[in-house]
Amino acid sequence: MTIYQISIFLENKYGKLSEILSILTQENIRIIAATVADTSEYGILRIIVNEPQKAFQLLKDNNISANISDVVAIQTDPTTEDFARTLTLLTKAGISIEYMYCFSVKEKAILILKTNNWDATRDVIRRENIRCINEGELVNL
Amino acid sequence: MEYWQKELETISRENLEKFQLEKLQQTIRQAANSPFYKQRFKESGITPSDIRSLEDLKNIPFTTKEDLRNSYPYGMAAIPLRKCVRIHSSSGTTGNPTVVLHSAKDLDQWANQVARCMYMVGLRDTDIFQNTSGYGMFTGGLGFQYGAERLGALTVPAAAGNTKRQIKFIKDFGTTCLHIIPSYATRLAEVMYEMGIDPRKDTKLHTVCIGAEPHSEEQRRRIEELLGVKAYNCFGMSEMNGPGVAFECPEQNGLHIWEDYTIVEIIDPVTLQPVPDGQVGELVLTTINREAMPLLRYRTRDLTCILPGDCPCGRTHKRLARFKGRSDDMIILKGVNLFPIQIEKILMNFKELGSNYLITLETVGNSDEMFIDVELSELFTDDYSVLQRLTKEITRQLKDELLLTPRLKLVAKGSLPTQDGKAVRVKDLRKTI
Repeated sequence: MTIYQISIFLENKYGKLSEILSILTQENIRIIAATVADTSEYGILRIIVNEPQKAFQLLKDNNISANISDVVAIQTDPTTEDFARTLTLLTKAGISIEYMYCFSVKEKAILILKTNNWDATRDVIRRENIRCINEGELVNL
Repeated sequence: MEYWQKELETISRENLEKFQLEKLQQTIRQAANSPFYKQRFKESGITPSDIRSLEDLKNIPFTTKEDLRNSYPYGMAAIPLRKCVRIHSSSGTTGNPTVVLHSAKDLDQWANQVARCMYMVGLRDTDIFQNTSGYGMFTGGLGFQYGAERLGALTVPAAAGNTKRQIKFIKDFGTTCLHIIPSYATRLAEVMYEMGIDPRKDTKLHTVCIGAEPHSEEQRRRIEELLGVKAYNCFGMSEMNGPGVAFECPEQNGLHIWEDYTIVEIIDPVTLQPVPDGQVGELVLTTINREAMPLLRYRTRDLTCILPGDCPCGRTHKRLARFKGRSDDMIILKGVNLFPIQIEKILMNFKELGSNYLITLETVGNSDEMFIDVELSELFTDDYSVLQRLTKEITRQLKDELLLTPRLKLVAKGSLPTQDGKAVRVKDLRKTI
Protein backbone atom coordinates (compact mmCIF):
# COMPACT_ATOMS: atom_id res chain seq x y z
CA MET A 1 0.00 0.00 0.00
CA THR A 2 2.98 2.31 -0.09
CA ILE A 3 5.19 3.64 -2.83
CA TYR A 4 8.55 5.38 -2.86
CA GLN A 5 8.78 9.13 -2.83
CA ILE A 6 12.01 11.04 -3.34
CA SER A 7 12.45 14.32 -1.49
CA ILE A 8 15.07 16.75 -2.67
CA PHE A 9 16.50 19.74 -0.85
CA LEU A 10 15.99 22.68 -3.15
CA GLU A 11 17.64 26.03 -2.78
CA ASN A 12 15.62 29.02 -3.94
CA LYS A 13 17.93 29.79 -6.79
CA TYR A 14 17.08 30.52 -10.37
CA GLY A 15 17.24 27.40 -12.51
CA LYS A 16 17.73 24.91 -9.65
CA LEU A 17 14.48 23.04 -10.21
CA SER A 18 14.98 22.53 -13.92
CA GLU A 19 18.60 21.53 -13.32
CA ILE A 20 17.52 18.73 -11.00
CA LEU A 21 14.66 17.57 -13.20
CA SER A 22 16.89 17.40 -16.26
CA ILE A 23 19.41 15.21 -14.40
CA LEU A 24 16.58 12.71 -14.09
CA THR A 25 14.98 13.06 -17.49
CA GLN A 26 18.34 12.74 -19.25
CA GLU A 27 18.54 9.24 -17.79
CA ASN A 28 15.00 8.50 -18.99
CA ILE A 29 13.45 8.61 -15.54
CA ARG A 30 9.73 9.25 -15.93
CA ILE A 31 8.38 11.75 -13.42
CA ILE A 32 4.84 10.72 -12.54
CA ALA A 33 4.11 13.45 -10.02
CA ALA A 34 5.97 16.40 -8.54
CA THR A 35 5.24 18.97 -5.89
CA VAL A 36 7.27 21.69 -4.21
CA ALA A 37 6.82 22.80 -0.62
CA ASP A 38 8.64 26.02 -0.05
CA THR A 39 9.79 28.45 2.56
CA SER A 40 11.41 31.77 1.76
CA GLU A 41 14.88 30.27 1.55
CA TYR A 42 14.57 26.71 0.42
CA GLY A 43 12.03 24.17 -0.61
CA ILE A 44 11.56 20.46 -0.71
CA LEU A 45 10.80 18.97 -4.05
CA ARG A 46 8.86 15.73 -3.76
CA ILE A 47 8.61 13.45 -6.73
CA ILE A 48 7.14 10.11 -7.66
CA VAL A 49 9.03 8.41 -10.48
CA ASN A 50 8.97 5.13 -12.35
CA GLU A 51 12.43 3.99 -11.13
CA PRO A 52 12.88 5.45 -7.63
CA GLN A 53 16.07 3.60 -6.63
CA LYS A 54 17.83 4.52 -9.85
CA ALA A 55 16.69 8.13 -9.53
CA PHE A 56 17.87 8.32 -5.92
CA GLN A 57 21.30 6.98 -6.83
CA LEU A 58 21.54 9.38 -9.73
CA LEU A 59 20.85 12.33 -7.45
CA LYS A 60 23.45 11.14 -4.95
CA ASP A 61 26.00 10.75 -7.72
CA ASN A 62 25.31 14.37 -8.64
CA ASN A 63 25.96 15.45 -5.05
CA ILE A 64 22.35 16.47 -4.45
CA SER A 65 20.88 16.12 -0.95
CA ALA A 66 17.94 13.76 -1.31
CA ASN A 67 15.89 11.39 0.79
CA ILE A 68 13.84 8.35 -0.15
CA SER A 69 10.79 7.42 1.90
CA ASP A 70 7.55 5.44 1.85
CA VAL A 71 4.28 7.23 1.34
CA VAL A 72 0.72 5.94 1.17
CA ALA A 73 -0.79 6.04 -2.30
CA ILE A 74 -4.59 5.84 -2.23
CA GLN A 75 -6.59 5.38 -5.36
CA THR A 76 -9.95 7.14 -5.42
CA ASP A 77 -12.52 7.99 -8.01
CA PRO A 78 -11.85 11.42 -9.45
CA THR A 79 -14.84 12.86 -7.63
CA THR A 80 -14.87 15.23 -4.70
CA GLU A 81 -17.19 12.93 -2.75
CA ASP A 82 -14.88 9.97 -2.85
CA PHE A 83 -11.92 12.13 -1.99
CA ALA A 84 -13.73 13.68 0.97
CA ARG A 85 -15.02 10.31 2.20
CA THR A 86 -11.48 8.93 2.40
CA LEU A 87 -10.17 11.89 4.34
CA THR A 88 -13.11 11.83 6.72
CA LEU A 89 -12.39 8.20 7.57
CA LEU A 90 -8.85 9.12 8.54
CA THR A 91 -9.91 12.18 10.49
CA LYS A 92 -12.48 10.15 12.46
CA ALA A 93 -9.66 7.84 13.51
CA GLY A 94 -7.80 10.84 14.92
CA ILE A 95 -5.18 10.90 12.19
CA SER A 96 -3.65 14.17 11.02
CA ILE A 97 -2.39 14.76 7.53
CA GLU A 98 1.14 16.17 7.42
CA TYR A 99 1.07 16.72 3.71
CA MET A 100 -0.91 15.55 0.76
CA TYR A 101 -0.95 15.92 -2.97
CA CYS A 102 -2.79 14.19 -5.74
CA PHE A 103 -2.52 13.50 -9.40
CA SER A 104 -4.52 11.58 -11.90
CA VAL A 105 -3.62 8.89 -14.36
CA LYS A 106 -6.23 8.13 -16.99
CA GLU A 107 -9.51 7.92 -15.10
CA LYS A 108 -7.93 7.29 -11.71
CA ALA A 109 -7.02 9.79 -9.02
CA ILE A 110 -4.03 8.96 -6.83
CA LEU A 111 -3.75 10.57 -3.44
CA ILE A 112 -0.29 10.71 -1.85
CA LEU A 113 -0.48 11.02 1.91
CA LYS A 114 1.89 11.45 4.79
CA THR A 115 0.13 11.14 8.13
CA ASN A 116 1.30 11.58 11.69
CA ASN A 117 0.51 7.96 12.55
CA TRP A 118 1.39 5.23 10.11
CA ASP A 119 0.02 2.30 12.15
CA ALA A 120 -3.39 3.89 12.62
CA THR A 121 -3.49 4.84 8.95
CA ARG A 122 -2.82 1.26 7.92
CA ASP A 123 -5.59 0.02 10.23
CA VAL A 124 -8.13 2.41 8.71
CA ILE A 125 -7.12 1.44 5.19
CA ARG A 126 -7.58 -2.26 5.96
CA ARG A 127 -10.80 -1.89 7.92
CA GLU A 128 -12.45 0.38 5.39
CA ASN A 129 -11.10 -1.46 2.39
CA ILE A 130 -9.55 1.67 0.95
CA ARG A 131 -7.92 0.93 -2.35
CA CYS A 132 -4.16 1.55 -2.29
CA ILE A 133 -1.62 1.00 -4.98
CA ASN A 134 1.90 -0.34 -4.79
CA GLU A 135 5.04 0.34 -6.79
CA GLY A 136 4.27 -2.26 -9.49
CA GLU A 137 0.74 -1.04 -10.09
CA LEU A 138 1.89 2.55 -10.21
CA VAL A 139 4.24 1.98 -13.10
CA ASN A 140 1.62 0.01 -15.02
CA LEU A 141 -1.18 2.50 -14.56
CA MET B 1 58.59 7.35 25.30
CA GLU B 2 60.58 7.41 22.08
CA TYR B 3 62.08 10.56 20.65
CA TRP B 4 63.58 11.52 17.30
CA GLN B 5 66.25 13.62 19.02
CA LYS B 6 65.98 12.86 22.70
CA GLU B 7 68.62 15.31 23.91
CA LEU B 8 67.23 18.28 22.05
CA GLU B 9 63.58 17.47 22.68
CA THR B 10 63.96 16.96 26.43
CA ILE B 11 66.71 19.54 27.03
CA SER B 12 66.48 21.41 30.35
CA ARG B 13 65.08 24.93 30.12
CA GLU B 14 68.37 26.30 31.37
CA ASN B 15 70.39 24.59 28.68
CA LEU B 16 67.80 25.44 26.07
CA GLU B 17 68.11 29.12 26.87
CA LYS B 18 71.89 28.99 26.63
CA PHE B 19 71.55 27.24 23.29
CA GLN B 20 69.00 29.82 22.11
CA LEU B 21 71.17 32.78 23.03
CA GLU B 22 74.11 31.40 21.11
CA LYS B 23 71.92 30.72 18.05
CA LEU B 24 70.22 34.11 18.35
CA GLN B 25 73.51 36.00 18.35
CA GLN B 26 74.63 34.00 15.34
CA THR B 27 71.31 34.72 13.59
CA ILE B 28 71.51 38.46 14.22
CA ARG B 29 75.04 38.63 12.81
CA GLN B 30 73.75 36.70 9.82
CA ALA B 31 70.65 38.90 9.40
CA ALA B 32 72.83 42.01 9.30
CA ASN B 33 74.05 40.81 5.88
CA SER B 34 70.62 41.30 4.33
CA PRO B 35 69.73 44.68 2.79
CA PHE B 36 66.54 44.83 4.87
CA TYR B 37 68.05 44.18 8.32
CA LYS B 38 71.18 46.20 7.55
CA GLN B 39 68.89 49.18 7.07
CA ARG B 40 66.64 48.26 10.00
CA PHE B 41 69.58 47.93 12.44
CA LYS B 42 71.00 51.24 11.23
CA GLU B 43 67.66 53.02 11.75
CA SER B 44 67.21 51.67 15.25
CA GLY B 45 70.86 52.01 16.26
CA ILE B 46 71.36 48.33 16.95
CA THR B 47 74.57 46.43 16.43
CA PRO B 48 74.67 42.64 16.71
CA SER B 49 76.96 42.88 19.76
CA ASP B 50 74.17 44.66 21.69
CA ILE B 51 72.32 41.38 22.09
CA ARG B 52 73.86 39.91 25.24
CA SER B 53 70.84 38.06 26.65
CA LEU B 54 67.53 36.68 25.42
CA GLU B 55 65.91 39.70 27.10
CA ASP B 56 67.74 41.99 24.69
CA LEU B 57 65.73 40.53 21.81
CA LYS B 58 62.95 42.92 22.87
CA ASN B 59 65.03 45.86 21.67
CA ILE B 60 64.81 44.67 18.10
CA PRO B 61 61.81 46.03 16.16
CA PHE B 62 59.13 43.66 14.88
CA THR B 63 59.20 42.38 11.32
CA THR B 64 55.81 42.34 9.57
CA LYS B 65 54.31 40.75 6.50
CA GLU B 66 54.35 44.23 4.98
CA ASP B 67 58.16 44.32 5.41
CA LEU B 68 58.39 41.02 3.57
CA ARG B 69 56.23 42.33 0.74
CA ASN B 70 58.27 45.49 0.47
CA SER B 71 61.47 43.45 0.28
CA TYR B 72 60.14 41.34 -2.58
CA PRO B 73 61.84 39.39 -3.98
CA TYR B 74 65.38 39.31 -2.58
CA GLY B 75 65.63 42.18 -0.09
CA MET B 76 65.83 39.82 2.87
CA ALA B 77 68.47 37.47 1.51
CA ALA B 78 71.29 37.17 4.04
CA ILE B 79 73.51 35.00 1.85
CA PRO B 80 74.44 35.31 -1.85
CA LEU B 81 71.76 33.93 -4.19
CA ARG B 82 74.18 31.34 -5.54
CA LYS B 83 74.10 29.76 -2.08
CA CYS B 84 70.29 29.60 -2.13
CA VAL B 85 68.64 26.53 -3.56
CA ARG B 86 64.92 27.08 -3.27
CA ILE B 87 62.20 29.74 -3.09
CA HIS B 88 58.82 29.24 -1.48
CA SER B 89 56.08 31.81 -1.30
CA SER B 90 52.74 32.45 0.33
CA SER B 91 49.60 32.40 -1.76
CA GLY B 92 49.17 36.18 -1.18
CA THR B 93 46.06 37.46 -2.91
CA THR B 94 46.91 41.15 -2.62
CA GLY B 95 50.10 42.72 -3.96
CA ASN B 96 53.40 40.89 -3.93
CA PRO B 97 53.57 37.46 -2.38
CA THR B 98 55.92 36.93 0.54
CA VAL B 99 58.98 35.04 -0.54
CA VAL B 100 61.21 32.83 1.58
CA LEU B 101 64.65 31.73 0.43
CA HIS B 102 66.38 28.54 1.55
CA SER B 103 69.93 27.30 1.44
CA ALA B 104 70.71 23.59 1.26
CA LYS B 105 71.43 23.65 4.99
CA ASP B 106 68.09 25.35 5.68
CA LEU B 107 66.24 22.64 3.77
CA ASP B 108 68.17 19.97 5.63
CA GLN B 109 67.22 21.48 8.99
CA TRP B 110 63.60 21.87 7.92
CA ALA B 111 63.37 18.23 6.84
CA ASN B 112 64.69 17.24 10.26
CA GLN B 113 62.11 19.46 11.95
CA VAL B 114 59.20 17.84 10.07
CA ALA B 115 60.62 14.34 10.63
CA ARG B 116 60.80 15.09 14.36
CA CYS B 117 57.11 16.05 14.34
CA MET B 118 56.06 12.95 12.47
CA TYR B 119 58.13 10.69 14.71
CA MET B 120 56.53 12.36 17.73
CA VAL B 121 53.02 11.26 16.66
CA GLY B 122 54.19 7.68 16.24
CA LEU B 123 55.08 7.55 12.56
CA ARG B 124 58.05 5.37 11.59
CA ASP B 125 59.88 4.17 8.51
CA THR B 126 57.30 1.38 8.24
CA ASP B 127 54.55 3.90 7.52
CA ILE B 128 53.11 4.82 4.15
CA PHE B 129 52.52 8.54 4.03
CA GLN B 130 50.23 10.20 1.51
CA ASN B 131 50.47 13.96 1.14
CA THR B 132 47.31 15.65 -0.16
CA SER B 133 48.82 19.14 -0.11
CA GLY B 134 49.45 21.06 -3.25
CA TYR B 135 53.11 20.84 -4.24
CA GLY B 136 54.90 23.78 -5.79
CA MET B 137 55.29 27.13 -4.09
CA PHE B 138 53.00 26.08 -1.23
CA THR B 139 55.15 24.68 1.57
CA GLY B 140 52.77 21.92 2.69
CA GLY B 141 53.76 19.80 -0.29
CA LEU B 142 57.56 19.74 -0.42
CA GLY B 143 57.89 20.49 3.30
CA PHE B 144 56.13 17.29 4.30
CA GLN B 145 57.67 15.39 1.41
CA TYR B 146 61.24 16.00 2.60
CA GLY B 147 60.30 15.45 6.23
CA ALA B 148 58.62 12.12 5.52
CA GLU B 149 61.55 10.97 3.42
CA ARG B 150 63.92 11.94 6.23
CA LEU B 151 61.81 9.83 8.56
CA GLY B 152 62.13 6.98 6.08
CA ALA B 153 58.45 6.53 5.41
CA LEU B 154 57.28 5.39 2.00
CA THR B 155 55.85 8.58 0.52
CA VAL B 156 52.90 8.97 -1.83
CA PRO B 157 53.10 12.55 -3.19
CA ALA B 158 49.49 12.46 -4.38
CA ALA B 159 49.16 16.29 -4.18
CA ALA B 160 45.83 18.09 -4.02
CA GLY B 161 42.49 17.19 -5.52
CA ASN B 162 40.96 14.24 -7.37
CA THR B 163 39.27 12.60 -4.42
CA LYS B 164 38.54 9.27 -6.13
CA ARG B 165 42.22 8.94 -7.05
CA GLN B 166 43.26 9.79 -3.47
CA ILE B 167 40.98 7.02 -2.22
CA LYS B 168 42.32 4.55 -4.76
CA PHE B 169 45.89 5.26 -3.59
CA ILE B 170 44.91 4.94 0.06
CA LYS B 171 43.45 1.51 -0.64
CA ASP B 172 45.94 0.20 -3.20
CA PHE B 173 49.14 1.42 -1.54
CA GLY B 174 47.99 0.69 1.99
CA THR B 175 48.44 4.32 3.09
CA THR B 176 48.66 4.58 6.87
CA CYS B 177 48.98 8.34 7.28
CA LEU B 178 47.69 11.44 5.53
CA HIS B 179 48.63 15.08 5.59
CA ILE B 180 45.38 16.86 4.84
CA ILE B 181 43.50 20.08 5.52
CA PRO B 182 40.62 19.51 7.96
CA SER B 183 37.76 20.50 5.65
CA TYR B 184 39.09 18.14 3.00
CA ALA B 185 39.48 15.32 5.54
CA THR B 186 35.75 15.30 6.24
CA ARG B 187 34.99 15.56 2.54
CA LEU B 188 37.30 12.63 1.78
CA ALA B 189 35.59 10.55 4.45
CA GLU B 190 32.15 11.42 3.10
CA VAL B 191 33.12 10.33 -0.39
CA MET B 192 34.54 7.06 0.96
CA TYR B 193 31.28 6.26 2.72
CA GLU B 194 29.32 7.18 -0.41
CA MET B 195 31.48 4.73 -2.37
CA GLY B 196 30.68 2.02 0.18
CA ILE B 197 34.17 2.14 1.69
CA ASP B 198 34.40 2.18 5.47
CA PRO B 199 37.80 3.82 6.12
CA ARG B 200 37.86 2.30 9.61
CA LYS B 201 37.75 -1.24 8.22
CA ASP B 202 38.70 -1.03 4.58
CA THR B 203 41.88 1.05 4.85
CA LYS B 204 45.07 0.96 6.91
CA LEU B 205 44.85 4.63 7.91
CA HIS B 206 45.78 5.24 11.54
CA THR B 207 47.08 8.83 11.66
CA VAL B 208 46.31 12.12 9.95
CA CYS B 209 48.20 15.38 10.28
CA ILE B 210 45.75 18.25 9.91
CA GLY B 211 46.65 21.89 9.51
CA ALA B 212 46.74 24.97 7.28
CA GLU B 213 43.19 25.87 8.25
CA PRO B 214 41.90 26.85 11.68
CA HIS B 215 39.64 24.18 13.09
CA SER B 216 37.93 23.32 16.32
CA GLU B 217 38.40 20.40 18.70
CA GLU B 218 34.94 19.20 17.59
CA GLN B 219 36.09 19.05 13.98
CA ARG B 220 39.16 17.05 14.96
CA ARG B 221 37.02 14.53 16.85
CA ARG B 222 34.72 14.25 13.88
CA ILE B 223 37.64 13.52 11.57
CA GLU B 224 38.97 10.92 14.00
CA GLU B 225 35.58 9.26 14.22
CA LEU B 226 34.87 9.28 10.48
CA LEU B 227 38.27 7.97 9.43
CA GLY B 228 39.05 5.84 12.47
CA VAL B 229 42.37 7.61 13.05
CA LYS B 230 44.25 9.83 15.45
CA ALA B 231 44.35 13.37 14.09
CA TYR B 232 47.17 15.71 15.09
CA ASN B 233 47.13 19.43 14.69
CA CYS B 234 50.14 20.82 12.87
CA PHE B 235 51.15 24.43 12.55
CA GLY B 236 53.40 26.03 10.07
CA MET B 237 53.67 29.08 7.88
CA SER B 238 55.79 29.70 4.82
CA GLU B 239 57.59 32.60 6.54
CA MET B 240 58.84 30.13 9.17
CA ASN B 241 59.75 27.47 6.54
CA GLY B 242 56.34 25.83 6.49
CA PRO B 243 54.97 22.77 8.28
CA GLY B 244 56.84 21.61 11.37
CA VAL B 245 57.03 24.85 13.34
CA ALA B 246 54.76 23.42 16.03
CA PHE B 247 53.04 20.08 16.29
CA GLU B 248 50.90 18.16 18.73
CA CYS B 249 52.39 15.25 20.63
CA PRO B 250 50.37 12.13 21.49
CA GLU B 251 48.83 14.01 24.42
CA GLN B 252 46.83 16.07 21.89
CA ASN B 253 46.96 18.95 24.31
CA GLY B 254 48.81 21.85 22.75
CA LEU B 255 51.39 22.04 19.99
CA HIS B 256 55.07 21.84 20.96
CA ILE B 257 56.87 24.68 19.30
CA TRP B 258 60.47 23.73 18.58
CA GLU B 259 62.45 26.28 20.51
CA ASP B 260 65.78 25.15 19.11
CA TYR B 261 64.43 26.44 15.78
CA THR B 262 62.45 29.49 16.84
CA ILE B 263 62.19 31.83 19.79
CA VAL B 264 58.57 32.31 20.71
CA GLU B 265 56.93 35.41 22.16
CA ILE B 266 53.24 36.14 22.73
CA ILE B 267 52.30 39.81 22.65
CA ASP B 268 49.20 41.90 23.08
CA PRO B 269 48.46 42.91 19.46
CA VAL B 270 47.38 46.39 20.56
CA THR B 271 50.00 47.38 23.18
CA LEU B 272 52.68 45.12 21.62
CA GLN B 273 53.77 44.19 25.15
CA PRO B 274 54.40 40.56 26.15
CA VAL B 275 51.54 38.73 27.84
CA PRO B 276 52.00 36.05 30.52
CA ASP B 277 51.69 32.33 29.78
CA GLY B 278 48.07 31.24 29.58
CA GLN B 279 46.88 34.55 28.18
CA VAL B 280 45.90 34.84 24.51
CA GLY B 281 47.93 37.13 22.31
CA GLU B 282 49.67 37.30 18.97
CA LEU B 283 52.41 34.83 18.25
CA VAL B 284 55.75 36.44 17.40
CA LEU B 285 58.57 34.24 16.14
CA THR B 286 62.29 34.61 15.58
CA THR B 287 64.14 32.04 13.48
CA ILE B 288 67.39 30.87 15.05
CA ASN B 289 68.17 28.03 12.71
CA ARG B 290 68.08 29.57 9.26
CA GLU B 291 70.85 31.19 7.27
CA ALA B 292 69.39 32.27 3.91
CA MET B 293 66.65 34.43 5.34
CA PRO B 294 66.52 34.97 9.08
CA LEU B 295 63.40 36.67 10.42
CA LEU B 296 63.53 38.56 13.70
CA ARG B 297 60.42 39.02 15.82
CA TYR B 298 58.06 38.22 12.98
CA ARG B 299 54.43 39.09 13.75
CA THR B 300 52.48 36.03 12.62
CA ARG B 301 49.01 37.52 13.30
CA ASP B 302 48.05 34.15 14.74
CA LEU B 303 46.36 34.29 18.09
CA THR B 304 47.20 31.67 20.65
CA CYS B 305 48.63 31.33 24.13
CA ILE B 306 51.36 29.33 25.79
CA LEU B 307 50.00 26.50 27.90
CA PRO B 308 51.52 26.74 31.35
CA GLY B 309 53.01 23.65 32.94
CA ASP B 310 54.98 20.62 31.81
CA CYS B 311 53.83 18.16 29.20
CA PRO B 312 53.59 14.51 30.33
CA CYS B 313 55.37 13.48 27.10
CA GLY B 314 58.65 14.72 28.55
CA ARG B 315 59.40 17.30 25.87
CA THR B 316 60.44 20.60 27.39
CA HIS B 317 59.57 22.79 24.42
CA LYS B 318 56.65 25.09 25.13
CA ARG B 319 53.17 24.22 24.01
CA LEU B 320 50.90 26.53 22.05
CA ALA B 321 47.16 26.24 22.61
CA ARG B 322 44.87 25.50 19.68
CA PHE B 323 44.86 28.63 17.54
CA LYS B 324 42.07 31.03 18.40
CA GLY B 325 42.01 32.58 14.95
CA ARG B 326 44.05 35.47 13.70
CA SER B 327 44.44 38.93 15.07
CA ASP B 328 43.07 40.07 11.74
CA ASP B 329 40.09 37.72 11.37
CA MET B 330 38.45 38.67 14.57
CA ILE B 331 34.95 39.80 13.70
CA ILE B 332 33.56 42.81 15.48
CA LEU B 333 29.82 42.97 14.93
CA LYS B 334 27.46 45.21 16.84
CA GLY B 335 30.24 45.71 19.38
CA VAL B 336 30.64 41.98 19.92
CA ASN B 337 34.05 40.40 19.35
CA LEU B 338 33.90 36.91 17.97
CA PHE B 339 35.86 34.38 16.00
CA PRO B 340 34.65 32.16 13.16
CA ILE B 341 35.91 29.17 15.14
CA GLN B 342 33.20 29.77 17.77
CA ILE B 343 30.58 29.37 15.06
CA GLU B 344 32.26 26.32 13.61
CA LYS B 345 32.32 24.63 17.01
CA ILE B 346 28.57 24.78 17.19
CA LEU B 347 27.85 23.83 13.60
CA MET B 348 30.06 20.74 13.91
CA ASN B 349 27.87 19.42 16.70
CA PHE B 350 24.99 18.93 14.28
CA LYS B 351 25.29 15.66 12.43
CA GLU B 352 22.76 16.92 9.88
CA LEU B 353 25.24 19.52 8.67
CA GLY B 354 28.23 19.16 6.39
CA SER B 355 31.57 20.77 7.17
CA ASN B 356 31.33 23.80 4.88
CA TYR B 357 29.89 27.08 6.01
CA LEU B 358 30.14 30.72 5.00
CA ILE B 359 29.82 33.69 7.28
CA THR B 360 28.75 36.86 5.48
CA LEU B 361 28.70 40.22 7.19
CA GLU B 362 26.46 42.67 5.43
CA THR B 363 24.88 46.04 6.03
CA VAL B 364 21.10 45.84 5.88
CA GLY B 365 19.47 49.24 6.25
CA ASN B 366 21.30 50.84 9.11
CA SER B 367 22.46 47.75 10.81
CA ASP B 368 25.23 45.23 10.24
CA GLU B 369 24.00 41.65 10.15
CA MET B 370 25.62 38.27 10.18
CA PHE B 371 24.40 35.68 7.70
CA ILE B 372 25.56 32.10 8.01
CA ASP B 373 25.08 29.68 5.16
CA VAL B 374 25.76 26.09 6.08
CA GLU B 375 25.67 23.03 3.89
CA LEU B 376 23.43 20.10 4.70
CA SER B 377 25.15 16.73 4.60
CA GLU B 378 22.28 14.52 3.45
CA LEU B 379 18.59 15.27 3.39
CA PHE B 380 17.48 13.29 6.43
CA THR B 381 13.78 14.08 6.25
CA ASP B 382 11.00 14.62 3.74
CA ASP B 383 9.40 17.22 5.96
CA TYR B 384 10.39 20.86 5.78
CA SER B 385 9.08 21.69 9.23
CA VAL B 386 11.86 19.45 10.54
CA LEU B 387 14.36 21.60 8.65
CA GLN B 388 12.81 24.71 10.13
CA ARG B 389 13.08 23.28 13.63
CA LEU B 390 16.73 22.43 12.95
CA THR B 391 17.39 25.98 11.75
CA LYS B 392 15.80 27.36 14.90
CA GLU B 393 17.81 25.11 17.20
CA ILE B 394 21.14 25.96 15.53
CA THR B 395 20.27 29.66 15.66
CA ARG B 396 19.43 29.41 19.36
CA GLN B 397 22.76 27.77 20.17
CA LEU B 398 24.67 30.31 18.08
CA LYS B 399 22.89 33.12 19.86
CA ASP B 400 23.87 31.71 23.25
CA GLU B 401 27.49 31.55 22.16
CA LEU B 402 27.80 34.80 20.20
CA LEU B 403 25.34 37.00 22.09
CA LEU B 404 23.85 38.10 18.80
CA THR B 405 21.43 36.40 16.43
CA PRO B 406 22.78 35.39 13.06
CA ARG B 407 20.48 34.69 10.13
CA LEU B 408 21.05 31.07 9.39
CA LYS B 409 20.31 29.45 6.07
CA LEU B 410 20.63 25.82 5.10
CA VAL B 411 22.08 25.36 1.64
CA ALA B 412 22.62 22.42 -0.64
CA LYS B 413 25.67 20.23 -0.35
CA GLY B 414 28.62 21.43 -2.45
CA SER B 415 27.13 24.85 -3.11
CA LEU B 416 29.52 26.99 -1.05
CA PRO B 417 32.65 28.49 -2.60
CA THR B 418 36.17 27.20 -2.04
CA GLN B 419 39.43 28.84 -3.03
CA ASP B 420 42.47 26.72 -3.86
CA GLY B 421 40.70 23.85 -2.10
CA LYS B 422 40.47 25.79 1.14
CA ALA B 423 36.97 26.62 2.27
CA VAL B 424 36.17 30.34 2.25
CA ARG B 425 34.83 31.08 5.71
CA VAL B 426 34.18 34.79 6.04
CA LYS B 427 32.98 37.41 3.59
CA ASP B 428 32.79 40.95 4.88
CA LEU B 429 30.55 43.13 2.72
CA ARG B 430 29.81 45.76 5.38
CA LYS B 431 29.78 49.38 4.31
CA THR B 432 31.07 50.63 7.64
CA ILE B 433 34.40 49.11 8.42
